Amino acid sequence: MNVTVLLFASYADALGASSVELPLAPGATVRDVVTALGQLPGAERLPPSPLVAVNEVYASYDGVVDPGDEVAIIPPVAGG
Amino acid sequence: MRADIVERPLDPAALLAEVASQASGASVLFVGTVREVNEGRAVTGIDYSAYAGMALRELRSIAGEAAARFETPHVVVEHRLGTLGLGEASVAIAVSHPRRAPAMDAARFVIEELKRRVPIWKREHYADGTREWVDPTAGVAGRGTRGEGSAAPVGEAARPMSRASRAEAGLRTAP
Repeated sequence: MNVTVLLFASYADALGASSVELPLAPGATVRDVVTALGQLPGAERLPPSPLVAVNEVYASYDGVVDPGDEVAIIPPVAGG
Repeated sequence: MRADIVERPLDPAALLAEVASQASGASVLFVGTVREVNEGRAVTGIDYSAYAGMALRELRSIAGEAAARFETPHVVVEHRLGTLGLGEASVAIAVSHPRRAPAMDAARFVIEELKRRVPIWKREHYADGTREWVDPTAGVAGRGTRGEGSAAPVGEAARPMSRASRAEAGLRTAP
């Protein structure tokens, strides 16, 4: 299955894109998404274990990603 | 209770008016503004961007938590996105309550949680023409990973970065 991963701010700059498509096996977890992302050029500028949100909620690395989920990698937040 | 992400100038006085209530004996207004110096560098402006849907969801959740925790429905928060100049307001929070202490505590709660959880980012413009994303976790061990909310941390090697960001926020807002 393909999962679309949203990137923001410094992470979007690092990978040169605001979203990427990752081919993942069915049953893949958030950890698998982070591992696959880490193989992309520019990903070496990301921390090894970035925050991830699935469907707009902070997610555990053990959570399973379903096709159609909105997965986002969240850089350190800096609002206010 | 209301929380919004906007792309227009904020009107803090309007937020104060919005929380006004004859049942309230105290009204508190917090306004966060663009500061001319950060980490010793001269700042000329800040770009604010967000993961819009999640930012609104988190901000509304925080306003609701403040209303429940401090027992007042009169909690309003707006955060602005876009490019802001020096002195412009990026965030405004208004709370009213029958008593002053919970009014102030609720406003403080909203800004601290906002800084900890809401996916908003800022890129500072410096006087020397450069621009950089602000990373409140920079220089802190294990940067980039942090716990979610007040509950169990999430992610691999998650650590209570909230402590670091709270300390940082505390420095900025210390009386």
